[in-house]
Amino acid sequence: MKIETGTWTVKTGLAQMLKGGVIMDVVTPEHARIAEEAGACAVMALERVPADIRAAGGVARMADPSIIKAIMETVSIPVMAKCRIGHFVEAQLLESLGVDYIDESEVLTPADESHHIWKHDFKVPFVCGCRDLGEALRRIGEGAAMIRTKGEAGTGNIVEAVRHMRAVMDEIRKVANMPEEELMAEAKKLGAALELLVEVKKAGRLPVVNFAAGGVATPADAALMMQLGADGVFVGSGIFKSEKPAVTAKAIVMATTHFRDAKIIAEVSRGLGAAMAGLDIKAIPEEKLLATRGW
Amino acid sequence: MKIGVLALQGAFIEHISVLQSLGVESVEVRLPGELKDLDGLIIPGGESTTITRLVDLFQLREPLFTLASDSFPIFGTCAGMIVLAGEAVNGSVNSMGVLDIKVKRNAFGRQVDSFQVDLEVPVLGKEPFPAVFIRAPYIEKMGRDVQLLARLKDGPVVAARQGKILVTSFHPELTRDNRFHRYFLDIVKGKG
Repeated sequence: MKIETGTWTVKTGLAQMLKGGVIMDVVTPEHARIAEEAGACAVMALERVPADIRAAGGVARMADPSIIKAIMETVSIPVMAKCRIGHFVEAQLLESLGVDYIDESEVLTPADESHHIWKHDFKVPFVCGCRDLGEALRRIGEGAAMIRTKGEAGTGNIVEAVRHMRAVMDEIRKVANMPEEELMAEAKKLGAALELLVEVKKAGRLPVVNFAAGGVATPADAALMMQLGADGVFVGSGIFKSEKPAVTAKAIVMATTHFRDAKIIAEVSRGLGAAMAGLDIKAIPEEKLLATRGW
Repeated sequence: MKIGVLALQGAFIEHISVLQSLGVESVEVRLPGELKDLDGLIIPGGESTTITRLVDLFQLREPLFTLASDSFPIFGTCAGMIVLAGEAVNGSVNSMGVLDIKVKRNAFGRQVDSFQVDLEVPVLGKEPFPAVFIRAPYIEKMGRDVQLLARLKDGPVVAARQGKILVTSFHPELTRDNRFHRYFLDIVKGKG
């Protein structure tokens, strides 16, 4: 009876268990408790939500380990945490703390502009952002066991998440219908490994779970992303920047389960108060966009 | 034969794929009305706190309890086992109390402790079963009516059966080995 930990099956398996659920950004143990109570399937432990990171400017780094630990001790659901793109030492620290998933995230200031972390070296699984199929497969090639759209975090504006999810799904549909002899040229064009493209063609989907992230602020936003093909939803600033976080959180969880049932989504959307104030993407200067970090 | 798969949250599509590959009709269950005309039900892996909250929010607790008490075949994997348990410790899960077992959630530790192992399961035959444990629970205590199906070497119980209810700590739906699903379908057919 040989026991193996940190295998690909175990890493991708946890993401499979998160499907159909909502992963919520939290900055305090109290937030984490509210999220768990509302039915979150996991929380992302942070020092600041993306909207505040955006407002604060400067260099955004991995959260203080004491915040992450306090959140891990408060809830029994999986706890994720973010490290900077390419900052494999932050990732080593997060692994040593025992977090359940690491988000190598564009929301923090990148530590390396050319290279992402070689994620196969870790026992803890990673989730990474993408804007299209090529980017998703590059991250999976490096060892990401879960993918999410980048969207544009901290804006409360769903438009970029929709753009990225549509890009991924359109390319998957195209590859699924492509004759084999065209796959190599497509792999070259996408900048993705041929083997992974072959897997996408066979399965008609990404080889790992794909969540939506970056701009989800309402139950309808969550259901929209699910109907576009997301396996689940990350909600960052959308909950704790809303007027009524606990009811908003619960409503988004319910809408994600019943994402095709307009009656239920309408019912849970009643009386939520003001959603977070949003940002028009066009009003954000180019250098302040987060989705263009990483490649 | 029609098997329902509780589709509130978690890896329900994986179970549906296994059933499909076995030529069995399945249906996603999210509301009480969808429990009608089923021959069996699978409660998948996922997050047990999330699933139990949604069970209550969508008024599924009572109809599920009634079915389970009426010797209806149910198969719970990982979170599904926690949902069905008499008592779940470690965290705030209000389990359904249909099985005479006490389970410990996240019993092996956090995700870095998740593992896979080839497990002896006598009722499935000689060939060991590839068992995938993800932040898995185990059975700490079980009643006299509960049949032990598998345990880790000299360790905790990780698969059990009480009447027509079958539970595993691990995820048969994440492997290509469909023997546990076939074992469940035999229970449904009244053969097991």
